[in-house]
Amino acid sequence: MTGVIEKEEKAEAMTGADIVIRALKEQGVDTIFGYPGGAVLPIYDAIYQSGAGDIRHILVRHEQGAGHAAEGYARSTGKCGVALVTSGPGATNMVTPIADAMMDSIPMVVLTGQVPSHLIGTDAFQECDTVGITRCCAKHNYLVLDTDDLARTIHEAFYVATSGRPGPVVIDIPKDIQFAKGLYQTRQSVHLPTYRPQTEPNLTKIEAAVRLMKAAKRPVFYTGGGVINSGDAASTALRKLQALTGFPVTSTLMGLGAFPATHKDWLGMLGMHGSYEANNAMHDCDLMICVGARFDDRVTGRIDAFSPGSKKIHIDIDPSSINKTVRVDLPIIADCAKALNALIETWQKDNSAPPSLVAWQQEIALWRGRKCFTYQEDKQLIKPQYAIERLYELTKSRNTYITTEVGQHQMWAAQHYHFDEPNRWMTSGGLGTMGYGLPAAIGVQVAHPDALVIDIAGEASVQMVMQEMSTAVQHDLPIKIFILNNEWMGMVRQWQQLLHGERYSHSYSDALPDFVKLAEAYGGMGLLCNHPGDLDAQIEAMIAYNGPVIFDCRVTKDENCLPMIPSGAAHNQMILGEIVGDEIDEKGKALV
Amino acid sequence: MSEPDPQNMPASAYDMSHAEERDERRTLAIMVDNEPGVLARVVGLFAARGYNIESLTVAEVDETRHRSRITIVTSGTPHTLEQIEAQLLRLIPVGKVTDITNSKRGVERELALFKVSGSGEKRVEALRIAEIFRARVIDTTNASFIFELTGASDKIDQFRELMRPLGLVELSRTGVLSIKRGAEKG
Ligand SMILES: Cc1ncc(C[n+]2csc(CCOP(=O)(O)OP(=O)(O)O)c2C)c(N)n1
Ligand SMILES: [Mg+2]
Repeated sequence: MTGVIEKEEKAEAMTGADIVIRALKEQGVDTIFGYPGGAVLPIYDAIYQSGAGDIRHILVRHEQGAGHAAEGYARSTGKCGVALVTSGPGATNMVTPIADAMMDSIPMVVLTGQVPSHLIGTDAFQECDTVGITRCCAKHNYLVLDTDDLARTIHEAFYVATSGRPGPVVIDIPKDIQFAKGLYQTRQSVHLPTYRPQTEPNLTKIEAAVRLMKAAKRPVFYTGGGVINSGDAASTALRKLQALTGFPVTSTLMGLGAFPATHKDWLGMLGMHGSYEANNAMHDCDLMICVGARFDDRVTGRIDAFSPGSKKIHIDIDPSSINKTVRVDLPIIADCAKALNALIETWQKDNSAPPSLVAWQQEIALWRGRKCFTYQEDKQLIKPQYAIERLYELTKSRNTYITTEVGQHQMWAAQHYHFDEPNRWMTSGGLGTMGYGLPAAIGVQVAHPDALVIDIAGEASVQMVMQEMSTAVQHDLPIKIFILNNEWMGMVRQWQQLLHGERYSHSYSDALPDFVKLAEAYGGMGLLCNHPGDLDAQIEAMIAYNGPVIFDCRVTKDENCLPMIPSGAAHNQMILGEIVGDEIDEKGKALV
Repeated sequence: MSEPDPQNMPASAYDMSHAEERDERRTLAIMVDNEPGVLARVVGLFAARGYNIESLTVAEVDETRHRSRITIVTSGTPHTLEQIEAQLLRLIPVGKVTDITNSKRGVERELALFKVSGSGEKRVEALRIAEIFRARVIDTTNASFIFELTGASDKIDQFRELMRPLGLVELSRTGVLSIKRGAEKG
């Protein structure tokens, strides 16, 4: 370490603000999403002076937008997202995206301004305890109190955010530290002796896993967001291992795209609104191979009835995910790509023939035959599922990225839009943040200027972040906001129908704006569609328009999102048809 | 984690409600980078995830490498205790977590200061008991003593109970310190 400092000591001291820019450049950052304010003005000045060419700054309209945009950028590129906001309200507005990135393991570095260090603790103007507030919702955070530490801290933050199980890292920088001069340190200065993520799998365990796999009669791969986070190598390895084994594959909401949805062995998403075949395969399997997923309650349903007859292999980079909610037989702590490649190698070396999967495949075919995503078609009104189906058909051959808000539309998107590649699907899974999709789409579009980026939205969610339409217009980001407008907080309405005797307390989307006029007011294009016969043409018009679009797709208002595993029920107790009202027992009602 | 042969194991037990699992008491030694806020991270984790803290001590033990040792006495089911360790290790400045429960593996000590006031028979009796416990008198006035006592927590509890009727005014204790037995490092 000392070598680095010595070398740099000959260099001229630079201001903290310049150090920030230089460190970001050294980290390969090309885009920052941010919003200025008093406590970050020196950094904004450095951005101004370094010229627009080097790092692109995307000015948002609310700091939450900067955070979700950075998440969208990160999720669609595999790189680290970066956001820059001021102290106090700027930092508190960032808390939601930080918590969101933590839950979904999204690599993100957030730079927050802080009041000058001598004022910390005095309730100064726009002071808040940013490290205190974000301590429990970020992977790590720093308060920098010496300009000489600034560069190293930034490099450490990027390393922590992107390695191991990725997550958000916050760096709080008092204003005087941005003005003061200090020495620059390169990324070789990173010194984190207590942080060493384990990425290499234990080979004895890999061999034990292959033994289980070679003996399995009813195996299933249960994959998650970790496969996406691990990078293209992991998706490639998953496909290869699946081709070798022929095992069926299901995935969590976060893992969609790691395995092609058009593959014959794809079971669809699992969990609360997952497919009948995926959930039954999970319930009845004799071997579950969990790769980069965490047995979330939305996935397992009733935990004491979860997959009762299976042995479970769990591959995860985070040791705390092992045995957290479900006890597993064989934990493998490793990076997904490395573990999957090791499994491939070991599988190929072992020339014993695995048992036939024909009986298992036949059973799965029967479940598949239920066609659980079927819905009642309508000639006069647009069914939300139909809208997603048409959107998929008309965009699947393009270079398309999908983001979503949170609610029924999100689940319909997961069910009816199909992903064949990783990093194409951006959604708020763990935190379930309404208002994620529009700013995330902005982040995706910045990273992929020529792609078709669509936010599949609900009319309620999108109003939480509507102002970011202005960001899209300012930065020439031709995102498409495809609103499944059912005039309800549909998912809330569905739960009130299911659980609260159809007492629809405050879940109606009243006083909706005219979305077409709203789009025009922002300088984008608005489209309205309320007839299935017009849908294709309108979607084509949306795609053809070179600019941001708000598409107000009026869908049937009382549609329920099915199938569904009600709270407190097991995987094999799905509601397939219509909701009657007595599906959930008292215990289930207390669950979320 | 020791490696049972997965081939010969029964299918997993899935109910993690652990109705049958009983709470156990553990003393954990947590080695951390002594950076600002590290104690808040550790304590915050216990608070946020609903884990117990029965006692906590912390001080820097390696000045050159800025390492502190946090000793936490906690309790929970075996499953919770396993999670506590894994969650602690997720914190970036946490280097190592060792289970040094007072048993074959480790020794535990606490230091306590007792202020006892009284006169006559009670004063004599307090001094007599202090001698039995090998407590040291570190301050004395005509009306009071301050005793210093080191020992396992139950010894300190016992002394407290004996002092109570003899004029116990105030008690201050450090919480548990622990170290592993034998020649090796913890
Ligand atoms: C920030 C936030 N607040 C509240 C919720 C709870 N919630 C979940 S879905 C939902 C309704 C969403 O309505 P809409 O966006 O119209 O989607 P729909 O379900 O109708 O498709 C609400 C209020 C949430 N997920 N996020
Ligand atoms: Mg709605």
